[in-house]
Amino acid sequence: MKARVLVVDDDPALAEMLTIVLRGEGFDTAVVRDGSKAVDAFRDVHPDLVLLDLMLPGVSGLDVCKEIRAESGIPIIMLTAKTDTVDVVLGLESGADDYVMKPFKPKELTARIRARLRRADVGSAERLRVADVDIDVPGHQVTRDGEPISLTPLEFDLLVALARKPRQVFTREVLLEKVWGYRHAADTRLVNVHVQRLRSKIEKDPEHPEVVVTVRGVGYRAGAA
Amino acid sequence: MSTEPAAATPSPDAAAAGSAQAPADPTAPQTHRSVDSRLTRLRGQARRGLTAARSRIAFWSRSLLVRVVVLTLSLSAVVMITLGLILQQQITAGLLQSKIDAATVEIDNARQTVQNSLSGADSDPNSLREQLQLALTEIGRVDGSSGAQNSTAGVFEPVIVPSRIGSDADLAVAQPLADVPAELRARVSQGNVSYQYTTIRRDGQAIPALVVGSPARTSTDSFEVYLIFPLAGEQGTVQVVQRTLLVGGVALAIALTGISALVAMQVVRPVRRAAASARKLAAGDLAERMPVKGPIELETLASSFNGMAEAIRVQIRQLEEFGKLQRRFTSDVSHELRTPLTTVRMAADMLYDGRSDFPEYLGRSTELLVDELDRFESLLTDLLEISRYDAGMAELSAETIDIRSCIHASIAAAAPLADQFDVQIVTVLPEHAVVAELDTRRVDRILRNLLNNAIDHADGKPVEVELAADPDVLAITVTDHGVGLRPGEAGLVFNRFWRADPSRQRHTGGTGLGLAISLEDARLHGGWLQASGTPGEGARFRLTLPRQHGGLITHSPLALRADGSAAGSGATPDEAGPVRMMVDDGALKPAPHEEELHPASVPVGGATAALISPEVPAAEDEPAGPGVPGPTGGAASTDAPSPVAR
Repeated sequence: MKARVLVVDDDPALAEMLTIVLRGEGFDTAVVRDGSKAVDAFRDVHPDLVLLDLMLPGVSGLDVCKEIRAESGIPIIMLTAKTDTVDVVLGLESGADDYVMKPFKPKELTARIRARLRRADVGSAERLRVADVDIDVPGHQVTRDGEPISLTPLEFDLLVALARKPRQVFTREVLLEKVWGYRHAADTRLVNVHVQRLRSKIEKDPEHPEVVVTVRGVGYRAGAA
Repeated sequence: MSTEPAAATPSPDAAAAGSAQAPADPTAPQTHRSVDSRLTRLRGQARRGLTAARSRIAFWSRSLLVRVVVLTLSLSAVVMITLGLILQQQITAGLLQSKIDAATVEIDNARQTVQNSLSGADSDPNSLREQLQLALTEIGRVDGSSGAQNSTAGVFEPVIVPSRIGSDADLAVAQPLADVPAELRARVSQGNVSYQYTTIRRDGQAIPALVVGSPARTSTDSFEVYLIFPLAGEQGTVQVVQRTLLVGGVALAIALTGISALVAMQVVRPVRRAAASARKLAAGDLAERMPVKGPIELETLASSFNGMAEAIRVQIRQLEEFGKLQRRFTSDVSHELRTPLTTVRMAADMLYDGRSDFPEYLGRSTELLVDELDRFESLLTDLLEISRYDAGMAELSAETIDIRSCIHASIAAAAPLADQFDVQIVTVLPEHAVVAELDTRRVDRILRNLLNNAIDHADGKPVEVELAADPDVLAITVTDHGVGLRPGEAGLVFNRFWRADPSRQRHTGGTGLGLAISLEDARLHGGWLQASGTPGEGARFRLTLPRQHGGLITHSPLALRADGSAAGSGATPDEAGPVRMMVDDGALKPAPHEEELHPASVPVGGATAALISPEVPAAEDEPAGPGVPGPTGGAASTDAPSPVAR
């Protein structure tokens, strides 16, 4: 079955070009040109992934991102022309999983899309425990004391990657490769922002994390079970 | 000083017993030394004390209030002293003049009396003495009775002497003839009326006195009449006047000083207020204003100050506004250019993928299109980045990382280019983590630019990347052994769009902005980016960064020059290569010879190294001559201490 990509972009030429490229790569596409209609289109189309331009007329791309994220954990990749740290971090904090900087090459974009659509292989009935958090890997369930915690697939992947090797310290570069699928070192801000987001959901006190622990100067590791 | 005799004592001992000399001798120079050192210390203390006093004086003399008070005090003292002296002189002269006038009248009367009393006196000494006595009494009586005239002259003692020589002793009748000065007698005996000041003794006290003398001729004889006026009263008057002048002068000087201090305070206080306002304004409180009140001059000062403050505020607002606009513009241009560029890029890539179906000329066109799009893209990225720096909107987002991972990542990114040009990248990294607070994106960019630059200029020879760190500072050098830099070029490489040699074929097609951006990136970290090189032997770029965000750099753990010593300057690149490789074993620490070089290569105040910025021409990059220590020659730096820097 073809994966369906919702393209939210106000620039007609770019939207058409994106459609051509994505269709050529075997994706099903739907295009919304108006930010204010993006959320409605999202509900109608039920895409597997959203490609969202951050600079939209009418509605800010960040708001669209937040609204979609509030409804679903579906992968969101932002297209951004802004290289400033603040802009990228803002985009990631409003819920995007990854971003692609304009101008990008078609192969780069499709690689990012595929990386987001490809889910980690699920072992049979694999259960993990980090600190006081239980992870049911095939069931995509994270619970603390039986209470389910809702994570996006990306956050889930991040947690599982750390939890599978509890004593290992992961550098940001390694996490970028394992979770985001970057072969070469990319923007480590991706890791930082998503670790913050993950912590805000699973830590009792995000100021003093116990589940995802920072190893100063190196990276992160899972807290003791 | 008490130790001095101790130094002298050994010599008799030494004379007595030769063996005693041995232990005694060393003490002598020792004592001397201790005295010497004490002297030196004293001298030092004195110098310090003097310096301190001088600086204190310097401080006080710079205070307007103190200056006014001291000036008023000294000037009024000078005026008072001068005025007092003149007044005293005038008063004394006036007193004496009136005394002389009165005395002249008195001596006329006395002469008249003498002439009347003694005319027709016979030459018998006894009757003459009687008559003299009579005349003296007469003069004294006249003195006593007719008060009005005599009160001016005051009391006096008359003396009458016959002019005949030899009769003095006989005729002087209980007269204070000895009090009449000889000079005066000589003048009077020549027939002049004359006076002279002298000192007489009465009751054991020396009293100034005025003696007036006149010749008096009778028909038979000639006499000299003298009147001695003691000046005790006048002296008393003058003393009173002196005291009054002194007390009045001092009081007036103190009063003037007080007044001047008061007046100066009136001026100084608003000046201080203005200074405080200016300080607040300078500290960023742009709303700070001075109250416009008080005397008209201060009102003017306050309103001028407020006008200036307002002008500054408006200017700053405008600049802020301009900065905001610039930021918006950069951001908008960025977006507006990037979106169509993305479409073009994607379309070009689609064409490129299908170029095998095209006729050859279309296929080649597609290749050119894609290549140039790459260039266009990187140029756009660099231009936007540098305009962001120019707009002052570059921000450092520092995080704590192991710098070695940055180096590995940038080497991995440069690997395809290195393979393409068959350049080997050799790394010399410490085995332990070098953790620092850095903006990884920017450090990555610096390293990638340096690596690309080195690979581009390496001529196929190995490129070395070395990292060294001490607790405060880390340094990374990227060294190639290719074309090198000609003298003077070390300062130019960071200029925008600067090309080492226009005729040289460019491999990588860099934008010409890479090193300029890298320099800005280094500066944003508070770091240095420096270059050095020798033609035909290669170039070295050194990045020095503080390990703590906001830390200061005073030195670099790695030498800037690839040869590292004067001896190395003559080495060919091939020889220099292995030399450097030998350092690999001791990679954790800088090689000893490099440490020696640090004092010379540390840029202090811009004296030993020139600043590199696009606007400032940098130091000459002279290759070190034989036997001349190299490191200072070609260093060009971004050192912060230099006043030209910002």
